[in-house]
Amino acid sequence: MSEAPESEQSQLERLASSEYKYGFVTDIDTDQAPPGLNEDVVRLISAKKKEPKWLLDFRLKALARFQEMLEEETEPTWAKVSYPKIDYQDIIYYSAPKQQPALESLDEVDPELRRTYDKLGISIEEQKRISGVKVAVDAVFDSVSVATTFKAELEKQGIIFGSFTDAVHEHPELVKEYLGSVVPYSDNFFATLNSAVFTDGSFAYVPKGVRCPMELSTYFRINAAGTGQFERTLVIADEGSYVSYLEGCTAPQRDENQLHAAVVELVALDDAEIKYSTVQNWYPGDENGVGGIYNFVTKRGACRGARSKISWTQVETGSAITWKYPSCLLQGDDSVGEFYSVAMTNRRQQADTGTKMIHLGKNTRSTIISKGISAGKGEQSYRGLVKIGPRAEGARNYSQCDSLLLGDECGAHTFPYLEVKNPSATVEHEATTSKIGEDQLFYCRQRGISEEDAISMIVNGFCKEVLSELPMEFAVEAQALLGVSLEGSVG
Amino acid sequence: MLEIKNLHASTAGTPILKGIDLSVAPGEIHAVMGPNGSGKSTLANALSGRPTTEVTAGEILFEGRDLTGMEPETRACEGIFLAFQYPVEIPGVGNNYFLKASVNAVREHRGETALDAMDFLSLVREKMKLVHMPDELMNRPINAGFSGGEKKRNEVLQMLLLEPKLCILDETDSGLDIDALREVAEGVNALRSPDRSMLIITHYQRLLDYIVPDKVHVLSDGRIVRSGDKDLALELEEKGYGWIESELASNPAASDARAEGVRG
Repeated sequence: MSEAPESEQSQLERLASSEYKYGFVTDIDTDQAPPGLNEDVVRLISAKKKEPKWLLDFRLKALARFQEMLEEETEPTWAKVSYPKIDYQDIIYYSAPKQQPALESLDEVDPELRRTYDKLGISIEEQKRISGVKVAVDAVFDSVSVATTFKAELEKQGIIFGSFTDAVHEHPELVKEYLGSVVPYSDNFFATLNSAVFTDGSFAYVPKGVRCPMELSTYFRINAAGTGQFERTLVIADEGSYVSYLEGCTAPQRDENQLHAAVVELVALDDAEIKYSTVQNWYPGDENGVGGIYNFVTKRGACRGARSKISWTQVETGSAITWKYPSCLLQGDDSVGEFYSVAMTNRRQQADTGTKMIHLGKNTRSTIISKGISAGKGEQSYRGLVKIGPRAEGARNYSQCDSLLLGDECGAHTFPYLEVKNPSATVEHEATTSKIGEDQLFYCRQRGISEEDAISMIVNGFCKEVLSELPMEFAVEAQALLGVSLEGSVG
Repeated sequence: MLEIKNLHASTAGTPILKGIDLSVAPGEIHAVMGPNGSGKSTLANALSGRPTTEVTAGEILFEGRDLTGMEPETRACEGIFLAFQYPVEIPGVGNNYFLKASVNAVREHRGETALDAMDFLSLVREKMKLVHMPDELMNRPINAGFSGGEKKRNEVLQMLLLEPKLCILDETDSGLDIDALREVAEGVNALRSPDRSMLIITHYQRLLDYIVPDKVHVLSDGRIVRSGDKDLALELEEKGYGWIESELASNPAASDARAEGVRG
């Protein structure tokens, strides 16, 4: 069961010792596996994390399957994205977390990044945290005590929230029961790769009948700051519980690793509700798309219980290539799945994103609202599957997919798939494609609003139904982010 | 205030304005009338800097400075306001939000501090009364689903908020019933002042019953073919535009002389 709350003293000690570790930079740097994917690497990862045998076995099964997939060449090619072939034997799959070299002040931060931080309205303290500037002890102490206060509050209610690795050690029974239960290790090419080599991620469990009193955000998980290349997230809402989970950050995130293949699994039991919000702003690459992140993510939630609900909200503005379909398995009778998405592609970004709503239980309902914005030479596809199983009496789906084009070098495509095996189902699909009108822009400008601000305003209006689903402070940042991401898309 | 000299302008490569000369002093109200296709809206677009209208020759001096080449948002901030014939709908953008962004953009340009939500709200409430606009229109997306009358009231409301130096009203009377026309005109008249000028573009005389102009100009085929006082509007109403056209036809020298000017 859960350990006694970590005292402030011991947290400080841990922080102090991590500072100490920083002294041995070279030691940490050499702590890295050679490039390539094989059993030794998987065993190394598992050993480094002191994992139990069942988890190693899970990884090894995934590895074996992935190697078959490589031979069968089953890397998915159906998405409307193009990129050079990835050499999976040329990737380093284990590298101990590196300490960023600490900066003395924000003056050392790339001015371009700082300009963006300012535009996004990110506070100075937060800017320092993100850029790895040494912060005065009292500031560290402040953020530790804030985190500690939250942690104590969560523990009081029996909520478990921490790194995936910690959960494996502290709550193995929960991890073992639910890991791979929504996204099996053999699910798809990238999920299988992740299952073999995932390094860390987040874990949350909300017990029966508990309404989580705050948004769970990786921000307060300071002990496991920074996301990995192969992240693994598992969120479980027990009967009658509620949790809102925030993933990501509006600040621009750069990463040396080009390929990101995360897996997120959500489980909602009877009468439980999970709201999962993401803002994704990975480096999109330069004007020619060089150096941007490939974001190949598998996100799926199981509404396992009756009357359960899972709601995905995403604002995707970053990455060179996005391949992402947060989905809901509506197993419980009367369960509800929702997908609210804003995806923006500018420059040479490509996104193939959407959702799958799999209706299995009776009277299950799903809503899909997808807003795609394409600018520059961006390419964007909505791809969605609505499947109504033979047992899903009275299932209902409503889908709305709107695309907004800026300029005439970008593209927007819609690929809706429908499979209805129960005649009592109601399925509705609406799609629109529009351009920002010359008349709309001129109207705004005639009222003194600059062209750039006008575009940002029109785009935000276009996305309103989705942005309004985001938690308040996230929504404000996301609006600013849309404006910043559109920069250079006019003129 | 406004001095237009030999203005030529094209839309999509087609010459529309063919040499306009017009001078409006501070405090004056000028009406520009003319049949469909005579270039009335193009004149409004050229003055406000619409990118699709290209000024091919001539000058537009506003308070002594040439406007041609100035961005539309800069002209707006400098005090030129166009009340649109067809106000544009912008889905998802709250009217309230839009108006506040507009007011604060202009205030910033003037070196004034931005209004906060509370100050803006009390200002907007006060101005809304002048055009008899219901509160709920502020919370709806801008112009989306507004009736014709609500759209025009919203235009005049924006004008009241921005307090421009030159108001251009492009067929503000179109689509209004008689009560709405009177109420909208009340809002416009509330802005009359010795240092504010207005250019009222209209097809019909009826708006001029409520907003009485100092001068009336008749536009035909991209040129001002006749100017006079408010009685000219009444005469037009009585005799129709055909009257001017036929007069011009019987005296072609006048229009030929202007056509020469185009080539020169």
